[in-house]
Amino acid sequence: MDTKKKFNLSLGQLTIPIIAILILVVFNLIRDPSFFSIGITQNNDGNSVLSGNLITVINGASELAILAMGMTLVTAACGGQDISVGAAAAIAGSAFVKILKSGDSISVGTVILAFLFACVVAMIFGAFNGTLVAVFKIQPMIATLILYTCGRSIAYWINGGATPTVQSSIITAIGGFIPGIPVPTPVLIVVIVAIIFKLVFHFTSLEILTQSVGINGSAARLNGINSTFIKLLSFIVLGVCVAVAGCIGVSRLGLINHETLLIDIEMDTILAVAIGGNNLGGGKFKISGSIIGAYVIQMLTITLYAMKVSSTDVKAYKAIVIILLVVIGSPVVKAKFEKLMTKLRSGKAKETVKGAE
Amino acid sequence: MNEDVLLTMRHIEKRFPGVLALNNVDFTLRKGEIHALMGENGAGKSTLIKILTGVYQMDGGEVTIEGQPVVIHSPQDAQNSGISTVYQEITLCPNLTVAENMFIGREDSAWIRQKEYEKRADEILEKLGIPTRGVTQLGRCSLAIQQMVAIARAVDMKCKVLILDEPTSSLDDKEVNMLFKLMRDLKAEGVGIIFVTHFLEQVYEVSDRITVLRNGELVGEYPVEELPQVQLVSKMLGENLIEELPEVQTETKMIGTDQDGVSAVGEMIREEIKKNSDVFYEAESLSSNQALPFDFKIRKGEVNGFTGLLGSGRSESVRAIFGADKVTGGTVKIKGEQVKINRPIDAMKHGIGYLAEDRKRDGIIADLSVRENIILALQVMNGFFKPISRSESEAFADEYIKVLNIKTASRETPVGSLSGGNQQKVILARWLLTHPDYLILDEPTRGIDIGTKWEIQKLVLKLAEDGVSVTFISSEIEEMLRTCSRLIVMRDRHVVGELKGDDLNQAQVMKTIAGGEA
Repeated sequence: MDTKKKFNLSLGQLTIPIIAILILVVFNLIRDPSFFSIGITQNNDGNSVLSGNLITVINGASELAILAMGMTLVTAACGGQDISVGAAAAIAGSAFVKILKSGDSISVGTVILAFLFACVVAMIFGAFNGTLVAVFKIQPMIATLILYTCGRSIAYWINGGATPTVQSSIITAIGGFIPGIPVPTPVLIVVIVAIIFKLVFHFTSLEILTQSVGINGSAARLNGINSTFIKLLSFIVLGVCVAVAGCIGVSRLGLINHETLLIDIEMDTILAVAIGGNNLGGGKFKISGSIIGAYVIQMLTITLYAMKVSSTDVKAYKAIVIILLVVIGSPVVKAKFEKLMTKLRSGKAKETVKGAE
Repeated sequence: MNEDVLLTMRHIEKRFPGVLALNNVDFTLRKGEIHALMGENGAGKSTLIKILTGVYQMDGGEVTIEGQPVVIHSPQDAQNSGISTVYQEITLCPNLTVAENMFIGREDSAWIRQKEYEKRADEILEKLGIPTRGVTQLGRCSLAIQQMVAIARAVDMKCKVLILDEPTSSLDDKEVNMLFKLMRDLKAEGVGIIFVTHFLEQVYEVSDRITVLRNGELVGEYPVEELPQVQLVSKMLGENLIEELPEVQTETKMIGTDQDGVSAVGEMIREEIKKNSDVFYEAESLSSNQALPFDFKIRKGEVNGFTGLLGSGRSESVRAIFGADKVTGGTVKIKGEQVKINRPIDAMKHGIGYLAEDRKRDGIIADLSVRENIILALQVMNGFFKPISRSESEAFADEYIKVLNIKTASRETPVGSLSGGNQQKVILARWLLTHPDYLILDEPTRGIDIGTKWEIQKLVLKLAEDGVSVTFISSEIEEMLRTCSRLIVMRDRHVVGELKGDDLNQAQVMKTIAGGEA
């Protein structure tokens, strides 16, 4: 009779990423419960701040999580990924530093101005990628390959080839801790970005429009949706995420190194989207999945480091775990699993019917 | 027990979560027989066929071919057992050539060179009288040709059992006859054909036997001459349903006459229109990159239709009205005021809705829920910054699920998992929710069961009564005669006639379509 309830038991999109996180947590609990100990220590500036492996994980994944949110939208609308986010973040970071270094001293106003400038620059490059994809219908990976290739050169030019350092308590606060707040600032920024996404989805129809364009572009068009605009918009939104991530990266180090800033982050970003259960071919998406995906990746890395795996070997171990995650999350395995569940359930149902008789 | 028996299916059972899709169903196919498999949407026809073709695994029962039990776990197994299928929705690759589509994935194709199989494809196509060539890209062919290529592929695989699932739904009369000739040829060669269709007349034209399913159960197997059309319908719908829908019975009894219920309603509306004659939409030499210039107008509360053979330009014309293709010229007036309609959103803002011909490609957003699909057009019209709230959209969805009697597990079910008729209702709901002044329905009844066809026809007339203008296109002329007060006839992408009043009868329509006005 209550068929509705039965249908709800099917696998949700977030099942795999949540299970992955739980497995990592349990694994670490067994391995070394002290992994989770969170203490309060004094940092160099004399602030009381949270510390511990867990904090390192959550803090370290900030840029990845922010980029993954934007990437989810691009993936959903365009059915492809932007591989230039690392290079674009270097450009945004350089632009950020350029403004910071333009005056004699760095005030809050300068930082805001610099951040807005970085946003505009990143949005312009996002719009460039977006135009190639949405207007010229170039495959996203090919379109963004251009910026991937030349982005760090552009970043190099912006500051005349130098890697200037920025010394300011405000920048230290953005990359580290705000005096009086024990939570790392990048973590707070992730929360803010996530809330902004949530609000945008609540106050606009972006979510259903993006999904429609990603699932069936032709039908979307005949329902009056401007899919060019939606695709372009997704890249511009990702541009803002790139700027935020770039500015955090710069603030952590207090300098811009166009060669190393957020290097190789594009692949981790795409991976976070995939682990989050989002279809890389576009369509339905869950931003929360991608955020969890980002933490899974970071947690994995830190766990491996905590196990004293050398940094050269880490990548190989990471690859093994990721293969497992992606295979388990694949439609084939999901379908088999659901079939098994249905069988178990119908078996149970039969038993109860017999019992009733 | 019988030498002629080619295929038997015994006590077939298939469960899906929450439903028993097939319950103890038997089916027998003999050599050299065309066997129609009939039933409403959800009767279990598709499920039975998918079991036979290895798409689904049965949960109980047995299948034999020529007396030997067979196990079919995959489409490959089915092919090896001599079972070939042409599905309702074309499942070939549009970006490959016709020849590649005919030979792709076949064991005997791996070592043949391209030139060779293009030549072989040309031979087969010529033999079957299909007007295309092996080198042509399939996507460039019309839907009808694509369908026939799919059949050619199956035929060439030397199948014993050929399953045709709604093969005629996208073919015009000439092409249907071509297909029937082909079916009879194959029958003479001893192939057993399972024919699934919604066109009752076609069943009587080619079939030898009919098996009827209802709600996943076998109703019976009948020689075609022992089952008159009216009885077939009652077996498909169930006796009690007939009483609820008395019009259905009269309709099938008196196809094409003016005595059935709906035509009477239609007549009333026609009278109404004469009194109330404000033109809602008017186009002068409207053209698009797909449609040649044409004139067109529709009054408030009028139901008219475009008719003509496939490829005559009927769909292209209505697409131009909606701005679905690139509009290249002409002037458009709505309620007497000149407007520009270049994109679908322009048309929607002027109160026009358009249900596209190809439901799968241009209609549904398969992965989204019934609810999201229903609110989509209204949401787009409301704009980016005015999202429909969750509770509001749930109320809308529930309302239309009830009004249109959409059969779905819940409003959050992905629309792609619904049956064709119910998908069509969801898209209808989507446009009804925008409260259009003018609704264009291009083949709304294609490939769906009779019950739903009826509901849609009644809905069209109801809308007209409420003052909505409707343009209705259907490949079944009776359906258009029943609903439309005016028919625009097209041939070779030109409007060749306009029929109304006493000229609205099947003979006259046929004559105009065929080009025999003189």
